[in-house]
Order: sequence, then C-alpha cells, then structure tokens
Amino acid sequence: MKKIVLDEQVMTCQSGESLLDTLLHNGVDIAYSCRQGVCQSCMVRSLAGAPPAMSQRGLKDVRQQQNYLLACQCYPEHDMEIALNAQSAFFTEATVAAKAMLNAETVLLTIQCQKPLDFYAGQFVKLQRADGLTRSYSIANSRLHTTKLTFHVRRLPNGQFSEWAHDELQIGDTLKVSEPQGLCFYLPDRPTQNLLLIGTGSGLAPLAGIISEALQQGHSGELHLFHGSRTAAGLYWIDEMQDLERQHLNFHYTPCVSNGTAPAGFAAGRANEVAIQALPKLKDWRVYLCGHPDMVNQAKFQVFLKGASSTDIYADAFHVTPNLSPVIDKSS
Amino acid sequence: MSDNKASLYERIGGEAAVNAAVELFYRKVLEDHRINRFFSNTNMDEQIAKQKAFFTMSFGGPNSYTGTDMRNAHAPLVKKGLDNSHFDAVMEHLGATLTELKVPGALIAEAAAIAESVRNDVLGK
Repeated sequence: MKKIVLDEQVMTCQSGESLLDTLLHNGVDIAYSCRQGVCQSCMVRSLAGAPPAMSQRGLKDVRQQQNYLLACQCYPEHDMEIALNAQSAFFTEATVAAKAMLNAETVLLTIQCQKPLDFYAGQFVKLQRADGLTRSYSIANSRLHTTKLTFHVRRLPNGQFSEWAHDELQIGDTLKVSEPQGLCFYLPDRPTQNLLLIGTGSGLAPLAGIISEALQQGHSGELHLFHGSRTAAGLYWIDEMQDLERQHLNFHYTPCVSNGTAPAGFAAGRANEVAIQALPKLKDWRVYLCGHPDMVNQAKFQVFLKGASSTDIYADAFHVTPNLSPVIDKSS
Repeated sequence: MSDNKASLYERIGGEAAVNAAVELFYRKVLEDHRINRFFSNTNMDEQIAKQKAFFTMSFGGPNSYTGTDMRNAHAPLVKKGLDNSHFDAVMEHLGATLTELKVPGALIAEAAAIAESVRNDVLGK
C-alpha cells in the first residue's frame, strides 16, 4: 500500500492497482481514455522524485525530465505526491534591477530574485504585479544566472501588463515570480545534434537562452538561428548575434524581414520559410519554434515534413492574453 | 485468445514498429491533397498520438477502442465529407508505409484487413 497525495487529498493505492484507478476510486476528476499508455490523456506530474520508468514510456524527454507520467501505467513503488496540471505556485519575490530598450517596442527587463530558480534554458515563468495581474514571459538567459533573470517584454496594443512594464515599472519595484514552466527547453544529452531555432519578435528570448546554454555546455552540433519580424526595426540583438557567430563556428544567424525588400545582410521572407529553404533536410535535427502562434503551428508541420521527428520539435507559441475590455451589450 | 502463436503485433515488431511507421505514414498523409485537410490544421502532437493508436489497432495490438469510439471520433470528419475515397487513400498510405519499412507482404495484408474492418465505423455507416 502506498500513500498518494494530491493537493490536500491523501489516498491509498493498493498493491497491483494503477495510480489512475486509485485516483478514480477516490473521485478525482481526471481525464483518461485508452488505459494502455497510448493516448496520454491521463498525464500527471510527480512532485516528489522520479516516477516508475514504465509510467514515462513514450513521453517526450523534456516531460520525462520534469517527472510527468501516465497514471494508467503507474504502479507506485513509493509514496507519491502528484499534481494534475503544471504547478503555477508563486515561488519567489524579485526586484527590478534594470530596464533597457532592445528596440522601439521591446524592453529588456532584468530582475533579481530572492531565491535561485531551478530552470531549464527556454522555460518561462509567470510574473505577477502587486494587484495580481499576471503574465507569462520566457527567461532569456542561460542557467549561468539563476537569481538574475532577463525577459524581453514587447509592448502590445492595450497590453495591460506590457504597457505597465514599459511605462510605469521602476528599478527597485518588486514582482512575484512563479515556478519555471514549459517544455520548450534545452537538454545537454545530445551535444552533437544539429539545432534549428526559429523565432519571431520577442520569441528570440527563449531561443537566446537556449543558444547561450547550449554553447556554454559545449554543444558541438550546428546551431542555426532564424529571427524574423515584419521590418528590420522589429528585430534586435543583431550585433550581439553576429558577434556570437564570429565567436562560435557552429553558430549561424539569419535575421529575416517579411515585409518589402530586405536591407543588406537580412534575408527576405518569413523566418520559417527562409529556414526551410536554407535547410531542406532536417532528419535527426532538433527544432525550437518560439513566437507568433501561426508561425509556430505552420513551422511545426513544415519541419516535420522536411524530416524532423515530432519528438524533436519543441514549440512555444506566444498567445496574447485577450484584453478584458468591458463588453458592450447592444441589446440594452 | 485461444491461438497460441505470436500476435500480429508481436510479429510485426510491437511498439517500436508502431513508432517507426507513424511518422512515415503521417508525412505521406500530410502531403496527400486528397486527404490532408482531415489531418492538418490541428495539434500535431495529438494527431501523432491518434496515428499511433491507429497503427497499434491495425497491428492487433493493445487498444480499447470500440466501434462506438470510432464513430464518435470520426463523426465531425464525416460531416466535413469524409467518405470511402478518403478511407481508400489512407489504406494506400498504410500499405506504402509498411512496404517502405520492409514488412513482409503477408503481415501487411493482415494489418490491412484489421484496418479495413473499421471502415464502416469510421465512415459512420
């Protein structure tokens, strides 16, 4: 008999009983379907240590690393503490240490956390303002800095958080920072694998974190970064990326401009289209896609058709939180 | 099962065979203009999981899908016009995928027969 803890609930798992059955017997509202470890509907996360290996079969490596498991395939070997969804608990407080403009619409925000954050390069956190307004932002630095985190905050029209971060947030102000989240991150387990990284706008943030982490870890495969925006003014860190290109022979950078003619040194076209043209064979490559949801979704299929395995495609679509403006009721 | 010889699923190579087949198959489907509208424009990871379930079933492997599940799952596609011609195209790609993986013809025929057995459920007939 093993003890299973879920939030405030403590359950008992009989020997020979799957974790899914324990949860269902105890009235936990958990999705499930095939009970064979195929459909992955009943995925949960272990909060206290690695789950039985069998319960992680077929999951992406990044999910395994984060202790996700399939409840229907889990026969607990120890007491377990689990969560049904990714945790969003707030982890630490942070103080704004610096603000600098990256381009006209994007600010580089640097915060100093009270406690070091155990994250993987490419993950995001939720940042919370004192009144509770919360938004997700990708960490733009590598794990070299675990208390000093950087973010690329793009100003969105009527964006409540981004406008405040641009216009009102001051150095010395405090924010709350969540547990790191997301599955689009770098693992150093296959250092010779070629990496393709495609980002639009502030999608460069997680990619920059991944690139600097990979290079620090001595990644020896090729790294190809394509950063796109409508115009050259929408890009940033061009000089920095070109410097990095000079320092690392295996790093290649292509800034892409999709609107009108591209200035010298820029590729004309959407970043994903330029990338696919330049790299038509992606078998055994690992691909990271970050930024505009349409680009991310389209590029997923494109790189898959060029040979990348679906298990090697890591994506982070930047969905914009809908603005909760008052609804005008026309009937009244 | 009363038959004590290895199941088709085991003979064809089990989960490893499914994994090898799924991505080849899904690429063929996505590039086929007759049917790709039924398979794209959606979450790719979910699609891959569905194709995996389809192959597991076609190989006679562990699955718990009933005829009703098949009907319910495909009903929205039937509304969008899914018919015999599309099912035929999928069968074509199933065969081509297994041929490409050098699965012996007799095993391909067995798998095709299992897949064929759900045709009416898939098409809501």
